[in-house]
Amino acid sequence: MNTKVTIAGVEFQNPIMEASGTFGSGMEYSEFVDLNKLGAVVTKGVANVPWPGNPTPRIAEVRSGMLNAIGLQNPGVDVFCERDLKFLEQFKDTRVLVNVCGHSAEEYIEVVDRLASESRVDMLEINISCPNVKEGGIAFGQDPKAVEEITRLVKKHAKQPIVMKLSPNVTDIKVMAKAAEAGGADAISLINTLTGMKIDVERQSFVLANKTGGMSGPAVHPIAVRMVYECSNAVSIPIIGMGGISTWEDAVEMMLAGATAVSVGTANFYNPTATTDILQGVVEYMERKNIEDINDIIGIVR
Amino acid sequence: MKVKERANVLSQKKLADGVFSMVLETKASESAVPGQFINIFSNDGSKLLPRPISICEIDKAAGTLRVVYRVVGAGTTEFSGLSEGDTVEVLGPLGNGFPFEGKTAIVVGGGIGVPPMLELTKQFPGPVTAVMGYRNDDLFLADEFIDASNELIVATDDGSVGVHGTVVDAMKENDLTADVIYACGPKPMLRGVAEYAKDKGITCYVSMEERMACGVGACLGCVCQSTDVDDHSHVNNKRVCKDGPVFLSTEVVL
Repeated sequence: MNTKVTIAGVEFQNPIMEASGTFGSGMEYSEFVDLNKLGAVVTKGVANVPWPGNPTPRIAEVRSGMLNAIGLQNPGVDVFCERDLKFLEQFKDTRVLVNVCGHSAEEYIEVVDRLASESRVDMLEINISCPNVKEGGIAFGQDPKAVEEITRLVKKHAKQPIVMKLSPNVTDIKVMAKAAEAGGADAISLINTLTGMKIDVERQSFVLANKTGGMSGPAVHPIAVRMVYECSNAVSIPIIGMGGISTWEDAVEMMLAGATAVSVGTANFYNPTATTDILQGVVEYMERKNIEDINDIIGIVR
Repeated sequence: MKVKERANVLSQKKLADGVFSMVLETKASESAVPGQFINIFSNDGSKLLPRPISICEIDKAAGTLRVVYRVVGAGTTEFSGLSEGDTVEVLGPLGNGFPFEGKTAIVVGGGIGVPPMLELTKQFPGPVTAVMGYRNDDLFLADEFIDASNELIVATDDGSVGVHGTVVDAMKENDLTADVIYACGPKPMLRGVAEYAKDKGITCYVSMEERMACGVGACLGCVCQSTDVDDHSHVNNKRVCKDGPVFLSTEVVL
């Protein structure tokens, strides 16, 4: 049985990753799961300098989902390279995708340039879709011209393949997917969180200090499946699918819709072994269905 | 490897209006120390996030943890309906507990910050003065603090029992002093206790609270502001779940 998938020449032992921002750089969850079993560790977004993030409360629960407004708090790329990448050295079987964020094109480039010489970095995921920061992030992700330009610029500097992470907070995500492809993206990942809001009816005020937050969790999964399906029909570059994946069925569904690999996000918070549980479920599904090669199910539902 | 496990509910008891005591049989009891918390998960799949609840008592011999919590929403409402024979998923123990320092201690709790101070009072190696603040004469756990401490001083918001006012008023009125102060409660209370400690030149540890998601330090949802740049975050933020919930009063912004 083959569970290996390849994206932009990078081979993953299996298609199960975790989603950026839900897993740190793997350190905390390495007490629960063997990171060597994952297809990849996708790091929390990293910027050129430390970012303090948003005020608290940053978290709110909603039915079958949650809102977060962390605001991309991160220690900056220098600390990230010295500490987080060094930590990840010991997990040779897993690939490392570094999520890159910035307020401006220059800041993205600074991070990309800094990571160019890091051999532990297999791929870069460019975050142009964070709904919780005012500048950068989603500002790039909602305008197809900006998507294409930032993709082209990053691609020029990057020494690793680049994955553009797309926002679902757009009228037509296919347009953004095509723009990323036109700009030279090696792959796209979707969906980032959907902008939401929760109001405390007793206090008659916003639950989140940021007022709005990104919604994730099982409730958004059908939206993510639809968008992955649409994008896979629109572009020929590979897709990393994510959005509310919490069971092996969700992962398989996403691959049938067109994802070459999938990321598990919010589910880690309520099931610290969600990634490896899902992997096991996918393998059992392949056995039961006599699927020899996982690649045979990618995008076959049309 | 750490694991999330299904714990047996051994008992459930209402202690005061909206305040419940639940005893859980769980492996989390094996390594738990005073000041730590456990994540308790809803049995309803639509409530995704764990509820972080402080540990009130630890019985390693019996393999149990006791949690005393206030019903504040749908999750805690569900927990309060659990009874002997039911099960609930837990993860823990999480966070860092209160470090023991010095020979004498003042242990301060306010409202739902009272419960985590009980196990600390029981385990602290020297004499403990307990100062507990309540809204009214619903003095949950007070009997147990009388047994566990050298002296219990009570403050109530409505003046029905003890000192009329806050725990800080009670500390001032009794001119309390010790080698160390431990406190858990609402932020304004912690601020007052920290100021009292500073004036008296006493080391003070506070237990912080914030809305959490993962509970293990990964998501950065539950940060509090730190006075200095933190070694882990490299900004003025500390993770309440992982770096705390117990902090030196001087290292966090109250």
